[in-house]
Amino acid sequence: MSVLEHKQNADQNAGSDTIQYVTVVIGGQLFGLPISQVHDVFVPERVTRVPKSAPEVAGVLNLRGRIVTAINMRRRLHLPPLEDEQMMAVGIEYKQESYGLVIDTVGEVLTLSESSSESNPSNLDRRWAEISGGVHRLDGQLMVILDVDRLLGAMFTEPMAA
Amino acid sequence: MDDLLREFITETNESLDVVDVELVKFEQEPNNATILDNIFRLVHTIKGTCGFLGLPRLEGIAHAAETLMGKFRDGAPVTQDAVSLILISIDQIKEILNELEANEGEEPQGDDSEIIGKLEVMSAKADEAMAGGGAAEDEASEPVAEVDATPETDAADQTIERPLRPGEVSLDELERAFRETEIEVEVAEPVVVDDDEAVDEIEDPAPAPVAEKVEAKAAAKEPEKKKSGGDGAEKKASGGSVSNQSIRVAVDTLEHLMTMVSELVLTRNQLLEIVRRHEDSEFKVPLQRLSNVTAELQEGVMATRMQPIGNAWQKLPRIVRDLSQELEKPIDLEMIGADTELDRQVLEMIKDPLTHMVRNSADHGLELPEARRAAGKPEKGIITLAAYHEGGHIIIEVRDDGAGIDVDRVKSKIVERGLATEADVDKMTDSQIHKFIFAAGFSTAAAVTSVSGRGVGMDVVRNNIELIGGTVDLRSIQGKGSSFIIKIPLTLAIVSTLIVEASGDRFAIPQLSVVELVRVQTNSEHRIERIKDTPVLRLRNKLLPLVHLSQLLGIYEGEDVEKAIDSDNGFIVVMQVGSQTFGVVVDGVFHTEEIVVKPMSTMLRNLEMFSGNTILGDGSVIMIIDPNGIAGAMASYASSSVAESQEDEHEDLRSKAITNQSSISLLLFRTGAPEPKAVPLSLVTRLEEFEVSKIERSNGRDLVQYRGALMPLVYVNEGDSHRSEGTQPMLVFSDAGRSMGLVVEEIVDIVEDRMNIEVGSERPGVLGSAVVKERATEIIDLGYYLPQAFEDWFMRKEMDIEALTKKVLFVDDSSFFRNMLTPVLKAAGYDVTTCVGPSQAFELLENGDKFHAVVSDIEMPEINGFEFCESLRRDPRFRDIPILALSSMVTPASIERGRQAGFDDYVAKFDRPGLIAALKDVFSGEMGAAA
Repeated sequence: MSVLEHKQNADQNAGSDTIQYVTVVIGGQLFGLPISQVHDVFVPERVTRVPKSAPEVAGVLNLRGRIVTAINMRRRLHLPPLEDEQMMAVGIEYKQESYGLVIDTVGEVLTLSESSSESNPSNLDRRWAEISGGVHRLDGQLMVILDVDRLLGAMFTEPMAA
Repeated sequence: MDDLLREFITETNESLDVVDVELVKFEQEPNNATILDNIFRLVHTIKGTCGFLGLPRLEGIAHAAETLMGKFRDGAPVTQDAVSLILISIDQIKEILNELEANEGEEPQGDDSEIIGKLEVMSAKADEAMAGGGAAEDEASEPVAEVDATPETDAADQTIERPLRPGEVSLDELERAFRETEIEVEVAEPVVVDDDEAVDEIEDPAPAPVAEKVEAKAAAKEPEKKKSGGDGAEKKASGGSVSNQSIRVAVDTLEHLMTMVSELVLTRNQLLEIVRRHEDSEFKVPLQRLSNVTAELQEGVMATRMQPIGNAWQKLPRIVRDLSQELEKPIDLEMIGADTELDRQVLEMIKDPLTHMVRNSADHGLELPEARRAAGKPEKGIITLAAYHEGGHIIIEVRDDGAGIDVDRVKSKIVERGLATEADVDKMTDSQIHKFIFAAGFSTAAAVTSVSGRGVGMDVVRNNIELIGGTVDLRSIQGKGSSFIIKIPLTLAIVSTLIVEASGDRFAIPQLSVVELVRVQTNSEHRIERIKDTPVLRLRNKLLPLVHLSQLLGIYEGEDVEKAIDSDNGFIVVMQVGSQTFGVVVDGVFHTEEIVVKPMSTMLRNLEMFSGNTILGDGSVIMIIDPNGIAGAMASYASSSVAESQEDEHEDLRSKAITNQSSISLLLFRTGAPEPKAVPLSLVTRLEEFEVSKIERSNGRDLVQYRGALMPLVYVNEGDSHRSEGTQPMLVFSDAGRSMGLVVEEIVDIVEDRMNIEVGSERPGVLGSAVVKERATEIIDLGYYLPQAFEDWFMRKEMDIEALTKKVLFVDDSSFFRNMLTPVLKAAGYDVTTCVGPSQAFELLENGDKFHAVVSDIEMPEINGFEFCESLRRDPRFRDIPILALSSMVTPASIERGRQAGFDDYVAKFDRPGLIAALKDVFSGEMGAAA
């Protein structure tokens, strides 16, 4: 816990017009999460399935004594599942609860200026646009900003699976 | 709001609760000076503190009430009116306190002159009464002196109490209060010394034993102030010793402590698990110690959350007293085991159910005095509350010595409400009948009183209790009284669970709902048997429905769900939830484990199957099964029909999913012709065989004596006759106390199939032909035969002249039900229009056809009943039209769904009386309890 807080404080000290992003790759696409929201990076192990939950919910797991709800980002983005490869997860907090976003790999930390972000292209897949907070143009590729609030918020309102 | 004020509010609220109780006692024993002293002291404290804090309104009322009580002390006769008046003023004080709290310490505006005036008038009356009876005064004051045993106390009190001019008294007290407080500080206790306590002490300035006695009483009422040590007696002021040994702690602090201890327990379990794997570990001994300390710590923290159940009972004497007056029944409330302790969270949850049950006992449990006298009982009824520990549970009993449950009345109510058929009811034991008391919308009170009888009570009580993992049971002996027995766990935070495996995943099932475990093997005495494809377990002569856990949870991975249950090998967890008993088949059973329930994340909280999750000793997360959720899912498998065990639920569900049309159980029989005939099984009450010799002939028709009444026999084809020898099979149809026997040649089979009447029939008595089990089968029209037995079968009581003018729109995609129910509705006097689906219904409504009510099926292709109802409700023109749901799926979940969609009522498809009753309810505007 204290480590996390420390990290969070460090983020806040960063310049106000630049944002640091933790980049992750999901299905070959680069995504960025504001570093202030990322509490952990871990390998999801011993995930307990939760029957009758939404298909995107990979299950629950124990992360240092806390129960974390893991969300399979590939399924969330309607991508085919990853075959036989070690997945990674980033731990985030949303409304005082812990969630883990299961992704393919974690990249690096990028410091980007807020002004270089662009809004979603209008022809972006609706399911993607729903969770994207904008796009950054990097050298040779694009980074989609993951909007955690929208990503998780949308899952709360989903109708009951049962 | 400052701390002082907050403290004052908390303390005063507690004192007022005590006053409530004491006053009721006092009313019964007006000569008990100890009680009066106690009350007087409490009210006086309130008054004093109000003056100190500058709360003039409170002070005014308290002062007037105190004056009146002072008169009692001086020997004025205690009247019921006077006590009621004081109780009213105390309510007023409470109200002001509440507002005070809400307004952050601002005393609300208002005028209390009316109540103060009344109190003053009453005081004046008391004066007059006293003047008339000087002798009485002596008599009354004498016991005071006797009980007190110390004349100084009496004198001291009197010097304070006599001159009751507000300003003077409080000033005097304040001075003393400050003096005393200083002394207290010198004693150097580490705890809060608040001014209330100081004022308290002034109330008992004498070092006499009286003070201690009074304090001890107060301590018993205020559980937080627990005595932990004995050295208090050595302190100089005896009055202060008790309160100095306890501190007030915010509940949040305790909750947090509890959570942390829970974490500690989990970690300890994890460590133990690791050590278990490494045999000779040097960690073993210290870990053992850690484990012991943890256990003790856990116990200690739990103890801080424990409160005597008496806290939940505190308000009851007052309630019973008020009820006693309102209902004009003298009632005594006995409380046994008030010091039994339980978790405060649990305590909060049972407060309301308990209150409700006591009200119920007073209202319909106890008889009126005349009836009691006639029954040879004392006029005064007794309600007993008893609490005691038993295993990890606490048992609370609410008992009355009233009339007991009138089984016959309950029976007729059950039938009337359509909860079971008459024939079923006949077979039930008394205790089974009693269980219906807890069914939703059930009340046997003949009339709705302000106290109870609205039928929303006992099911809510049961739900509340089941919510905290408890059970409620009812025992009743007619004429002797009834008693409700509530069994609840001591705490909610830690649950003993059984760890099981299904489809490779582990789940925790709370032990509380597990009745037993049965191991099934090919050669063991317990075998899984099948009725058609439905697995059941024969256990001690009872048939237990079985479902595999992975089926319930929808995680079965095999090809064929039917094969999920391996008849030769498996474990069955027999669970009981409420009155429902069923078997859950699992692949493996590991062990039991005490686990700390952690709430699930919000995203998963809508899953009804789980109540939480936790981390096991080995570090993995496990989901905790919610027995109520499982029971609900189990119930939705079973249909509402009589022959639920004979239905094949899965095929039913699957075919429903594919064709969106429900399949039903059909009874196939043969008579007259070789081709089979069918009738929906759920309409058949019983299959019987009678000795031919038992068939009698009277008034030109065949009859048999059946259950003490004559049952007419009806033949499928006119001119048929019964067999000449041996036994005669027949189908018995019962409805509202009457039975009819339909004579058949042979009962062939019970099948599960969709019933599509493909060829209609012109012949009376036949609805048409359908393909059942790949054979063309005649579907019998019961509506034709029933009136042959009793001409007025459909017409009896429901016939309502007024109803004739009511137009009802009946929407159902199944022609069978349209054909089946239309005559029923018509016979009840309604003008019925039928529709094959919502689209046609919309058309009719759009065309301006006016209907007084809509009856709609739920399972329909294209638009289902819920959507249909929702869209009707959205249209302002149809917003107020009553809509009834009619479905073969009647589960709490579907009823709730129906309610949300806007249905006024939800009726089972085969419940014809229920439908008629619901329609009647709708038209007479008596909704409410019906849904």
